Amino acid sequence: MLEIKNLHASVEGKEILKGIDLTVNIGEVHAIMGPNGSGKSTLANILAGKPEYSVTEGEVMYEGKDLLAMKPEIRAREGVFLAFQYPVELPGVNNTTFLRTALNESRKYHSQPEVGAGAFLSLLKKKMHLVEMPDTLLSRSVNEGFSGGEKKRNEILQMAVLEPRLAILDETDSGLDIDALRIVANGVNKLKSRDNATIVVTHYQRLLNYIVPDYVHVLYDGRIVKSGGKDLALELEERGYEWVKQEEIAK
Amino acid sequence: MSNRDITVEELANTEYKYGFVSDVEEEKIPKGLDENVVRLISEKKHEPGWMLEWRLKAYRHWITMKEPHWSNVKYSPIDYQDIIYYAAPKKKPKLNDLNEADPDLLQAFEKLGIPLAEQKRLAGVAVDAVFDSVSVATTFKEKLSELGIVFCSISEAIQNYPDLVRKYLGSVVPYTDNFFASLNSAVFSDGSFAFVPKGVRCPMELSTYFRINASETGQFERTLIVAEEGAYVSYLEGCTAPIRDTNQLHAAVVELVALDNAEIKYSTVQNWYPGDKNGKGGIYNFVTKRGACRGVNSKISWTQVETGSAITWKYPSCLLIGDNSVGEFYSVAMTNNLQQADTGTKMIHMGKNTKSTIISKGISAGRSNNSYRGQVKIARKAENARNYSQCDSLLIGDKCGAHTFPYLETNNPTAQVEHEATTSKIGADQIFYLNQRGISTEDAVRLIVNGYCKEVFKQLPMEFAVEATRLLSMSLEGSVG
Ligand SMILES: Nc1ncnc2c1ncn2[C@@H]1O[C@H](COP(=O)(O)OP(=O)(O)OP(=O)(O)O)[C@@H](O)[C@H]1O
Ligand SMILES: [Mg+2]
Repeated sequence: MLEIKNLHASVEGKEILKGIDLTVNIGEVHAIMGPNGSGKSTLANILAGKPEYSVTEGEVMYEGKDLLAMKPEIRAREGVFLAFQYPVELPGVNNTTFLRTALNESRKYHSQPEVGAGAFLSLLKKKMHLVEMPDTLLSRSVNEGFSGGEKKRNEILQMAVLEPRLAILDETDSGLDIDALRIVANGVNKLKSRDNATIVVTHYQRLLNYIVPDYVHVLYDGRIVKSGGKDLALELEERGYEWVKQEEIAK
Repeated sequence: MSNRDITVEELANTEYKYGFVSDVEEEKIPKGLDENVVRLISEKKHEPGWMLEWRLKAYRHWITMKEPHWSNVKYSPIDYQDIIYYAAPKKKPKLNDLNEADPDLLQAFEKLGIPLAEQKRLAGVAVDAVFDSVSVATTFKEKLSELGIVFCSISEAIQNYPDLVRKYLGSVVPYTDNFFASLNSAVFSDGSFAFVPKGVRCPMELSTYFRINASETGQFERTLIVAEEGAYVSYLEGCTAPIRDTNQLHAAVVELVALDNAEIKYSTVQNWYPGDKNGKGGIYNFVTKRGACRGVNSKISWTQVETGSAITWKYPSCLLIGDNSVGEFYSVAMTNNLQQADTGTKMIHMGKNTKSTIISKGISAGRSNNSYRGQVKIARKAENARNYSQCDSLLIGDKCGAHTFPYLETNNPTAQVEHEATTSKIGADQIFYLNQRGISTEDAVRLIVNGYCKEVFKQLPMEFAVEATRLLSMSLEGSVG
């Protein structure tokens, strides 16, 4: 589904990703961990097409197509979804209108009929249930004045509505209380299927108790320096990143 | 939607949709202005002597005045002798019998989407259409007259309701008021008149469409709306003009009078031709709009969506004379390319417990300049006056400008005045967020801008709100890369 080869990227002339190789197959869950500033969000943003990053080398194939050649909105309509580490506030833009517009853009792209306001509301009700989101957040402006946790939940609600093929969750767990973490993780799990794939960026092993990864990768200084199964997360929790850093230096 | 990149260039070149010229035979008088022209206009309209006298007084006053230049707009000098002051479609249709109207003219209105004929789409909206200088047709006349409501062109009103016109014309905006108002008073050619008698709620929206068609013509329409005690009326005004590469002058005057417990809602969607992307051509829109809340508990509410004109100079105002009277101003002013807008309001509190609300939303894109200019004045006797002002500016791109000039004068210590102002930009992160959800950049800007204007749009009657949203999208085209 996703094949990243020797990806180098920089921002403002500074190289941040220094050769990433990663293959994600359909139906898999990959966790990416790594210290602050190692490039996790940069990787996520590049996959989503954020303009300020420039790819200097390498390629990314998504379902056999050149992902990097697509405009961000096309990537989204092709099923790439990024749950932002810092969701953006859109004052005045109604949350429901926003969600329906987003869904219909995708549907139009795939030559499916648009969903009317009424039908959309009943669909939304179901999805809200999935992330146990209160109704009141729907009539408000997108993320405006939302608490940190509410913003994260809203990201997962969007994901539930858009049903992406490849979901990238960038620290969706940070800022969530214990109950919310469970709810959000359950939501993600329910959305998981054999037809989609998930990349979870996180700092905490705890999330991975709920969303169980098939692979765990450690990103360090712009490279994936270690990959393994779900146990790698436990090991990291125990030994910290120092361990990985020392190994890197030793190399 | 295609994957193809639509360039800024392409979008900026999107044509002004209303730029067609109608091939209607017109009667024009020669260019230039002097007393004889004023007499000629009055004569063509078969006006009574008092009207001519008033025009002449205005003209004589006007020649003593200088064009004002205090606003934040720049333009090359206007040659007032190079303008045609009267142009009218030659075949003047008889009112109430549209079949006799010039078919080209009717076609022109159809292109504008104006339901001159009683089209289903706008059923329930009475329309008066002013084409160049002359009012062409007023629909629903009979239905309205059953209720004692008068809705007709101002020329007709001068003929048929001279007492009403004499009583109220110039009573809110005197002919000495300002340079452009004086000019208008001298040469106004037509406009609309609405009168809603005591205790009557006008059951439908009254609407006028203004259209400048002839070249080198100025349009100077005059609108007068009177709501007697306890009356209510909602009035809509729409405007378009053909594409011309010379600038055309539009200097209108609108006067509103609300007596005890009366309410007038006045909504404008202004879409005069703004000029091309290099600033060539376009309408100079110098307008004086003022409403007098004369009676107790009266209310006047202005809502405007300004997307057109090369230059907009316009301050719909309220004189809050009656105790407990209420003035409101809701405005969206959008400028793109090289457009300039200097617009806002004046709320003059004179009565006790008077209240005013100002919500102004400026949007600047391209290399345009957008200024809000507002005055709130609390007179000495205006006990417990209250004002709330909110002036927001939204910038799209970094070559445009937004300016706010609030003036406040309080002469009564019990006044409560609140002013809030914000300036924001559409952030790249907001656009990316929407892109990431499958929404194109153009649509993303539209969503954000519509959200930003919501407070104002919700004041508009449904039909107009839809129109306003569409217009705004059109004006926004090409404003983001
Ligand atoms: N737009 C930008 N301009 C300048 N530097 C940037 C930009 N985006 C990222 N960086 C830098 O790139 C590096 C990697 O940042 P990134 O956000 O990808 O880290 P991260 O692994 O997600 O960290 P965290 O765990 O703290 O979220 C950091 O040093 C960061 O300062
Ligand atoms: Mg990060």
